[in-house]
Amino acid sequence: MNERIIGQVRRVNGPVIEAMGVTDARMLELVRVGESGLIGEIIKLSGDGATIQVYEETTGVAPLDNVYGTGLPLSLELGPGLLGTIYDGIQRPLEALLAMSGRFIERGVSAQALDRTKAWAFEPRVAAGDEVSAGAVLGVVQETSRIEHRVCVPPGVSGRLVSIAPAGEYRVDETIAVVATPGGERELSMMQRWPIREPRPVAQRKPLDIPLITGQRVIDTLFPLAKGGTVAIPGGFGTGKTMTQHAIAKWCDADIIVYIGCGERGNEMTDVLNEFPKLVDPRTGKSLMERTILIANTSNMPVSAREASVYTGVTLAEYYRDQGYHVAVMADSTSRWAEALRELSGRMEEMPAEEGFPAYLPTRIAEFYERAGYAETLSGADGSVTIIGAVSPPGGDFSEPVTQHTKRFVRCFWGLDRQLANARHYPAISWLDSYSEYLDDVKPWWEERVGPSWSTEREEIMELLQKEVRLLQVVKLVGPDALPDSQRFILEVCSMFKNAFLQQSAFDDVDRYSTVEKQLRMLSAIMAYWRRGQEAIKRGVTLHKLKRVKAVQDLVKMKFTIPNESPEEFDRLMARLERGIDQLEAIYA
Amino acid sequence: MRDEERRALMSGREYVGAARIDGPLVFVRGTHPVGYRELVECVDADGNTRLGMVLDTSDDVVVVQVFEGTDGLTMPGTRTRFRGKPLTVGVSDRMLGRVFDGLGRPVDGGPAPLADDEPDVNGRPINPTAREYPRDFIQTGISVIDGMNTLIRGQKLPIFSGNGLPHNELAAQIARQAKLRGGATDFAVVFAAMGVKHDVARFFTRSFEETGALDNVALFLSLADAPSIERIITPRTALTLAEHLAYDRGLHVLVVMTDMSNYCESLREISTLRGEIPSRKGYPGYLYSDLAELYERSGMIRGVKGSITQLPILTMPNDDISHPIPDLSGYITEGQIVFEREMNGRGIYPPVAGLPSLSRLMKDGIGEGMTRDDHPHLASQLFAAYSYVKDVRNLASVIGEEELTPLDHQYMEFGEFFERKFVNQRKDEDRTIEQTLDLGWEALKLLPAEELHRVTDEELDAYYHGNGLP
Repeated sequence: MNERIIGQVRRVNGPVIEAMGVTDARMLELVRVGESGLIGEIIKLSGDGATIQVYEETTGVAPLDNVYGTGLPLSLELGPGLLGTIYDGIQRPLEALLAMSGRFIERGVSAQALDRTKAWAFEPRVAAGDEVSAGAVLGVVQETSRIEHRVCVPPGVSGRLVSIAPAGEYRVDETIAVVATPGGERELSMMQRWPIREPRPVAQRKPLDIPLITGQRVIDTLFPLAKGGTVAIPGGFGTGKTMTQHAIAKWCDADIIVYIGCGERGNEMTDVLNEFPKLVDPRTGKSLMERTILIANTSNMPVSAREASVYTGVTLAEYYRDQGYHVAVMADSTSRWAEALRELSGRMEEMPAEEGFPAYLPTRIAEFYERAGYAETLSGADGSVTIIGAVSPPGGDFSEPVTQHTKRFVRCFWGLDRQLANARHYPAISWLDSYSEYLDDVKPWWEERVGPSWSTEREEIMELLQKEVRLLQVVKLVGPDALPDSQRFILEVCSMFKNAFLQQSAFDDVDRYSTVEKQLRMLSAIMAYWRRGQEAIKRGVTLHKLKRVKAVQDLVKMKFTIPNESPEEFDRLMARLERGIDQLEAIYA
Repeated sequence: MRDEERRALMSGREYVGAARIDGPLVFVRGTHPVGYRELVECVDADGNTRLGMVLDTSDDVVVVQVFEGTDGLTMPGTRTRFRGKPLTVGVSDRMLGRVFDGLGRPVDGGPAPLADDEPDVNGRPINPTAREYPRDFIQTGISVIDGMNTLIRGQKLPIFSGNGLPHNELAAQIARQAKLRGGATDFAVVFAAMGVKHDVARFFTRSFEETGALDNVALFLSLADAPSIERIITPRTALTLAEHLAYDRGLHVLVVMTDMSNYCESLREISTLRGEIPSRKGYPGYLYSDLAELYERSGMIRGVKGSITQLPILTMPNDDISHPIPDLSGYITEGQIVFEREMNGRGIYPPVAGLPSLSRLMKDGIGEGMTRDDHPHLASQLFAAYSYVKDVRNLASVIGEEELTPLDHQYMEFGEFFERKFVNQRKDEDRTIEQTLDLGWEALKLLPAEELHRVTDEELDAYYHGNGLP
């Protein structure tokens, strides 16, 4: 990199550095500060002064230290070798840093994001002489046993292919193709660079009508998320944001997962690093790590890299989307990102808006979530980026700025409830606060692929849950005994639905993931109990007797006892339920 | 010339006179280029040296925060030296059994121990890939912790308490009783007191003395009468020693830090003085990052024998768990032990609130081979039942206890047993995990078997019906 001196440090205030004598620099240019070469980015230019946010700890940086410009914006290296890797917020590979500087991250160390020594087996898919345009697949590399990496022509390049490398082993920076563009010949390697703050182009955006199946019943059945959609998961500490994110990262049916640990705990990233390689994807039978990229910028790592980490994550996601994959991005937590913005803004002495956050917070949130979408890629394939953002509202109060502004730009909201978490009802997604605007969009998919009763039964149970709220208010005043059996039965069915359906154990081998078929069968079983139970109560059967029917008690445990692979067991359970209630009715008749 | 060499040369220079003194901050003009966070020595008119750190540096003015306060400094008489290196502290295992001030200087009358190393007190972030995921169960002998909110070696588990609640007693009891199953290990306690009273410090010293553990304890005391600014550096000094003991000496270190609320208040003081834009309740916007710098200095490292387990204590202002200090702590730490004033009033010790307390690392440290096979389901069932007890109590307070259903009466009995027999224990009572779990089943026996959805039929058979394991 041809680095040149562009100025000198004038002032150091935490991660924000003011430089002087800067006449030849660009906004968002990547710079290095001082002898140790700390990585930074120019975020403000005024006169001959520049404000730089530094992505590393600035201890020891002094006035008059040199600032070196690189002429490039902060960009990522994109190519084979990303999957299964753990990076920090500015795409430094943490495993490589470990080898270089040991257990602690030293300042000024840098390593190339993509391993330059590793050779990949490249297979061309085009021939010399072909006309290629941006997004065209030049060839493929088997990146992991389940993901074929499609090496595409980078955006902005098109023309006649002068040459293409024959099948064989190549390193990421070797030239594999030469394209004659209107501006001259361009050599292409398997690696391309892209600035993190700029969305990658697509041919066109498409409607979102395919659900992202997460295997979590409360999500898929009650508040579904669409592929290419956006969702926020707000919740106070200890309500299970991270557990929910982990569960989705493990079991959702995306092809690629980008997991951003933004300002969260170090041990959580270690947990993912330990657990994912051992877990097997139920759909492909391959290790989950083979589809996962981790970005770890833990809470004790520099705050400005935290700000960059969400852009790094979403850019990696877009890169795989452009190859025709469905990518899910987990950002845990976007509040830490917003707080990083606040901290930097405060250091720059900007005028604050609400609660000290900068006035441009909503704009930044909107820009981030707008990078999600279901798109036709430049090469004409379908790909999507789904963004699942955790929000950590202070004091668990959803009226704070980050939650409120996020709500404006996402179409799905899974509110975590402190009461539920305290009762160890997990996932603690509140059925009263949460919503999904994708319901109507994904309804046809569910009804065609899974079963026609999905939306009616879903509406039925949602209505019962609403009724339950009113009944519980009455119960609070007069006790449950004052209600007639027909109303107490509503409470009973709702309580069963919560225990048997909504609660899902992340640690149980059977329960941690439910196929859509199992979800609908379970819902139908509970709704059958509701319908048959009502009839029985009308015929004089007491609720007490009804609850003691063996098949009814088995309903509560069906999530553990009936595996995904044997839906036929539901038929037997339903038949026993019918028989049990018939027998009761016979006694009372 | 390299930056460091240049600064080492400059470190001999002394600047006479301050441009401004404001609280613990000294502003110096006309210096050579001074590095951010550099160590500063301020000499007052009497020739006493005070340590400080650079908070903000520019070609015009340098802002220094003086840890020992600015009492008695004069504008013309203050001399400052910039040492060209960050604040360091000498560490060695000879520091165990000794008492230091917040900056690591002995206050027990003995000489300064010989240092093996002199690391930067600010530490450096641990590379997440170097971490070992903590999963070793620590038996504290306290049922509500072992059974319901298990402490794991390498965890950071704070106690959210309030004024007048027995958090010190509990912390001391944990420090005394904590052991790993399967034998003794090399352990040490590092104790950091920030702004606590003399008698609290004495309580801890005596408690360590009584058990003969004092030789394994290093105390860093920045008491209520020390300059409040010293509290900012105290936990960093303590953690720097803890890191040395754990990662260089292979000891298992328990770090007790009390009281984190005092620490945060000192931080707010500095922030206000510097005219920074406050976020909630006047605390600086970087409170989260700053606390994380402390709390994240815990855990285990791959291939290294030692570990750091943190037990920070914080008193919630006005018992409000949504106050920024407990709130931000809760977002960083791996769970929390929350005290409840009402339980304390009823004479239950430790007064741990059943529902808001949580240990995030519990899931991987309990169960077969670690504690006992029934532990995960038993804990989950106790939580569920106790949560229902709370609902029933609310109901009873409206409609009266007589109006409750027979089942609800059973739950009330369960709740009473749970609090009086399971949670409640003596301050010197050390229960094994088996005793704790058996006591949990005793409590569940007050409920009908069909109410217990979260345990398996086999567990019911073995422990509830008492048929033993198959």
